[in-house]
Amino acid sequence: MTGRRLPDGGSRLDRSRPIAFTFDGRELTGFEGDTLASALLANGVDVVCRSPILGRPRGIVSAGVEESSAFVVVSEPWFEPIVAATMVNLVDGLTASGRAGVGVLPADPPRTKPSMHRHAHVEVLVVGSGDGWLAAAEEAVRRGDRVLLVEREPWLAGGAPDGLTILTNATALGLYDDGYAIVHERGPERDTLWHVRAGRVILATGAHERPIAFADDDRPGVMLAGAVARYVREFGVLPGERAVIFTTNDSTHEVSETLTDAGAEIPFVADVREGWAVTGIEGDTHVEAVHVVGPGGERRTVEADLLAVSGGWNPTAQLSRAIGGGLRYDEALATYVPDGTGPDWLEVVGTAAGDGLPRSAPYWYTPADDLSMHFVDLQRDQTVQDVLDAVGGGLRSVEHVKRATYIGTAIDQGRTSGVLTAEIVNAALGWELGAQGPTNARPPFVPVPFSVLAGMDRGRTLLDPKRTTPVHEAHVERGAVFENVGQWLRPRYFPEGGEDLERAVARECLAVRTATGALDASTLGKIEVVGPDAAVFLDRMYTNRMSNLSVGSIRYGFMLGLDGMVFDDGVAMRLAEDRYLVTTTTGGAAAVLDRFEEWLQTEWPDLRVSCTSVTEQWAVVAVGGPGARDVVTDLGTDVDLAVEAFPWMTWREGTITGVPCRVCRVSFHGELSYELHVSSWHGRHVWDAVVRAGAVPYGTEAMHVLRAEKGYVIVGQETDGTVTPDDLGMGWIVNPSKGDFVGKRSLVRADTLRNDRKQLVALLPSDPTALPVEGAQLVGSAELPEPPVPMLGHVTSSYRSPILERTFALAMLKDGRAMHGATVWAASGGETIACEVTGPVVYDPEDGRRDG
Amino acid sequence: MLLVRCPWCGPRDEIEFRYGGQAGLTYPADPEALTDDEWADYLFMRDNPKGPFRERWFHTAGCRRWFNAVRDTATHRFVATYRLDEEPPP
Repeated sequence: MTGRRLPDGGSRLDRSRPIAFTFDGRELTGFEGDTLASALLANGVDVVCRSPILGRPRGIVSAGVEESSAFVVVSEPWFEPIVAATMVNLVDGLTASGRAGVGVLPADPPRTKPSMHRHAHVEVLVVGSGDGWLAAAEEAVRRGDRVLLVEREPWLAGGAPDGLTILTNATALGLYDDGYAIVHERGPERDTLWHVRAGRVILATGAHERPIAFADDDRPGVMLAGAVARYVREFGVLPGERAVIFTTNDSTHEVSETLTDAGAEIPFVADVREGWAVTGIEGDTHVEAVHVVGPGGERRTVEADLLAVSGGWNPTAQLSRAIGGGLRYDEALATYVPDGTGPDWLEVVGTAAGDGLPRSAPYWYTPADDLSMHFVDLQRDQTVQDVLDAVGGGLRSVEHVKRATYIGTAIDQGRTSGVLTAEIVNAALGWELGAQGPTNARPPFVPVPFSVLAGMDRGRTLLDPKRTTPVHEAHVERGAVFENVGQWLRPRYFPEGGEDLERAVARECLAVRTATGALDASTLGKIEVVGPDAAVFLDRMYTNRMSNLSVGSIRYGFMLGLDGMVFDDGVAMRLAEDRYLVTTTTGGAAAVLDRFEEWLQTEWPDLRVSCTSVTEQWAVVAVGGPGARDVVTDLGTDVDLAVEAFPWMTWREGTITGVPCRVCRVSFHGELSYELHVSSWHGRHVWDAVVRAGAVPYGTEAMHVLRAEKGYVIVGQETDGTVTPDDLGMGWIVNPSKGDFVGKRSLVRADTLRNDRKQLVALLPSDPTALPVEGAQLVGSAELPEPPVPMLGHVTSSYRSPILERTFALAMLKDGRAMHGATVWAASGGETIACEVTGPVVYDPEDGRRDG
Repeated sequence: MLLVRCPWCGPRDEIEFRYGGQAGLTYPADPEALTDDEWADYLFMRDNPKGPFRERWFHTAGCRRWFNAVRDTATHRFVATYRLDEEPPP
């Protein structure tokens, strides 16, 4: 190939601004306005990459988004793993090299362009400035509509009316319900992903030229005819000096004129309508001569360095098709055009609708004995023979042929190969033209980097909101190791002097069991339920009665799903006759509030109740252990802490270390405990005072061990949506005499009454150092029998107990309450651990410690 | 991304809403009077028509109010949205 820059011309170029770039290690220059493809053609580069499967040399075929041949990896100034050379705007310092097949990510994270998301609301979105767009846009602007035009190219071919918003270098990736569009705008320093909601969408995406398949049609120097003309006119690049034209239609007349005007020769035009066809190419890495055959079978060889091909034009209607727009076969155009169906907010205009396209002969490939080098999809290295083999193998649908050959799955999404493949299949089956159209198209219209989809939602700070408690800074200063609980960051443990997890947790657990510990429990979900009917409402939501709770008292309760399965748990504190504070699990707060509001609005609108989330208004410091009363006394309080005055499951209002406080006698570890609820503003002050008074900070890991020793369940750990209160051995929490509550009826369904349901038990491994794996299946023998192995249950929690100096686990075991004393085996990774089944409370089963 | 017309807030993006399943299923006045089969019918069985379907939506990230809609499951288009205290359109 002898591509070269013409001395003048090139409507897109700014010849006063040369641009230096590097391709495959060669330093080259182009001009402002070039694409990488036009600059490579101008520098005489014919082979851009090698094809992925066959390793054949490949050059530039098109001037746009339909490129199926020339792919590159860009390493500077921003990384792109694989992109068509026609889609890369030339910028200073651009560094690229050929890349076939799939992109590869380097080991070190490369520099990607910053990107952000933006939203736009308009009456009219115009996609593309293909012909037909202007009339529609002008009318809308006149009406006073907000009109947005997105154009893939860096500039508009013509003028635009005032009052129009224009995005260039912007490609609509997809259209979605109700006029929603995603648009990728590629800026020099930053990309923007636009979310556009439009009242109407006008598709003026134009049409793409279709190739014709013949032997060695993938040689560099075989190009789409319209692209050849565009390189001359827009980029001042002459792709070849002697051009043969192979055509089915009249659109190549203009190509001939453009080439001749630019000084090229046209030694031959092979027009299929006159019985001529191209049969093959001479030359290994670029076109040196073209073989043609005539209507009488006469054969000629024409010396040439360029073959400009036009097999007709396909409307660019993929965006319409993907949202339900239909296609019909048009015999005159020998292609598929939008049939007018589809969403009522979408209008396809101009050549995208088939209007104004040249009539074309229906000609898909040059017949030959050997069709194995008639390439249909260049990037997938698939030929006419591959399509015929798929049909010969019994496939009839183009969708199946696509999946068998991968034709249409490459970066160009079948823009050049789709119609060709469909008609080769139709012909091979003896079906008429247009019997089945090309495969469906799906977003994205062009590849989009994941970094653009991520936008600014990346990195540790922006990927997901991070919730911290009012005491968080104190934990950071203490060197806590944090874990994510939902969006909350909670201290998992507080290592001291180089402790690992196990030693730190052991120390923290023993502090609570033998002295005093402090837990930041601020993440507990908290909802205030207020109104004259609050008590009635909570009676219907919880399994037990909340209406007879006296002001100043607390009750633990379950909420069930309508199916009778445990949904969430927590305590209800009665603050006043018409006012409760209910706590939820840390992760369940939003779901519980949703559920309260759902029932109040949809089933019981007569109840006068309102619900407010107050999770973040209150900091909660749980002080627990045999020394808890002394620690709280040391803080200075006007609350009488004596057991008689302040019994288990009550709360009192007063001051603690000078600040207003609700003190609650609840415990998640079985020791004497005071939960201090204070305003968030005072959280840090109270935490620091508690720690100064000698309480040992402990984290969620110790909290888990301590609660499991007492057989206290965690919703979502012991339960999985298939567990009833009775399965947990907590039938006492269900009050069947109080009237209806959500889930009650399901507790007497036949399935919930089965006596072989899994029930909560504790497991004591025979080897007190063996730790069953959480999630391990429970089986009935030490040796695993041949599959299928009967499963008896599964381990839900498993820990080392520092106070018992042994391991233990909680498990859900079939008919578990009848199996106390029996042995089961926890199986994991082919090994089994023998365990004795016991009741779920392995420490202090008589609850002798909670009053201190 | 559907455009959902909240009866209180007007047209908003689908991501502001939560889907609530079939509308018009009333919690039984006395669940304990129902047989297992009748209760299971209320609990599990839902219509699945091709065409207009009455369903519930919740404006989670907006006014936090539940409302009803008629949506055509074949075209994905909303025929109407209406408040809980309004009758469905004919």
